[in-house]
Amino acid sequence: MDKALFDYLLRLGDGNLVLAQRLIAWTGHGPILEEDLALTNTALDLLGQARMWLTLAGEVEGAGRDEDALAYLRDAPQFLNPLLVERPNGNYADTMARQFFYDVWHYFLLQRLAQSSDERVAAIAAKSIKEVAYHVRRSSDLVVRLGDGTDESHARMQAAVDDAWRFTGELFTDDDVDREMAGRGIGCELGSLREPWLVHVREVLDEATLRLPDETQAFHAAQRGGRQGRHTEDLGYLLAEMQHLPRAYPGATW
Amino acid sequence: MPHASTGEVMHWLEAVPDPEIPVLSVVDLGVVREVGWDGDTCVVTITPTYSGCPAMREISQDIARTLAGHGVPQVRVETRLAPAWTTDWMSERGRQALTRYGIAAPAERAIDVSGISRRIARPAVACPHCGSADTRLVSNFSSTSCKALYRCSACREPFDYFKTH
Repeated sequence: MDKALFDYLLRLGDGNLVLAQRLIAWTGHGPILEEDLALTNTALDLLGQARMWLTLAGEVEGAGRDEDALAYLRDAPQFLNPLLVERPNGNYADTMARQFFYDVWHYFLLQRLAQSSDERVAAIAAKSIKEVAYHVRRSSDLVVRLGDGTDESHARMQAAVDDAWRFTGELFTDDDVDREMAGRGIGCELGSLREPWLVHVREVLDEATLRLPDETQAFHAAQRGGRQGRHTEDLGYLLAEMQHLPRAYPGATW
Repeated sequence: MPHASTGEVMHWLEAVPDPEIPVLSVVDLGVVREVGWDGDTCVVTITPTYSGCPAMREISQDIARTLAGHGVPQVRVETRLAPAWTTDWMSERGRQALTRYGIAAPAERAIDVSGISRRIARPAVACPHCGSADTRLVSNFSSTSCKALYRCSACREPFDYFKTH
């Protein structure tokens, strides 16, 4: 089995899957109807993309695990999503800060993966980026609306940006798997995404009258490790809810 | 038994509606990419619209059922991801059917994914009810993945817009 590629695909799939699971908790609870629709549609896109990545991961592994087995029958240490996406929803500003940082990163990552030497990876990335272009425009708009809104919304958006910011360093920290994938032309070095990411993030935060947090705050060792299977406590609760049905009723069908 | 021609099969598929927007056939939507024969099995290749679109499974089942109704003994529906589906593949007949149905058709060519600047000009979308170009984007996300929500400033009606993709 191509272990590096398998892990890489799990990272891509798990990031989307966990964020989608977080977002669907807003269903019926969005601050206004349009936001409710937007967040759930975004979750649906991310879930669809996760299914493609996990299906491909199962094929690469060659052990007979399909998307469902990978989504529902792994425990937290086997999940390889970055910590950012398992952060709790918090208030709406927290949800939007998390989404904004992820969307911008996701967009630049997919742009590179669409050029992958592995045509299966390139196909999923080229399909996904069209959806993610809408995600990133929306979350950018929302950050501006909340940041450049009332004193209250500004204060909450700044606090949310400062909080989520601490988990962004992991998105740009390469390990052996990333370096191998980049070397084989399948993936890219995450470090190279930081500059374009910062340019867009800075532009949006400026327009939102928000302060860009201190760079060093993003790279504390305690705020990374998800992509290697070391998670915060929050992921366990999320998985317990997401995996309950297929674990309580093995083989259940719709 | 001789096979139906691929053109004939394609014609039959024009009767398979999109489950969420039934005035559009899967052919007019550009979802059916290819029809061919593998022995006695009719192979229909489709491409998903949005990654998470829940209609794809239903579409596969509807295609098999429709072709069975025309006496095709075996059908295999295959999914192809690349090139990714785009609203550019929607037929002129499909665009007209959408507008008559009250959904504004895509107003420009496929979405440009080369940049994410917030300063991109929004397309001019005409109101499907009164035809006015004086419309306003409410949200880029609406009742299904493929639509955005607009409001007409002239007739005051809200409407769906099939966004470019």
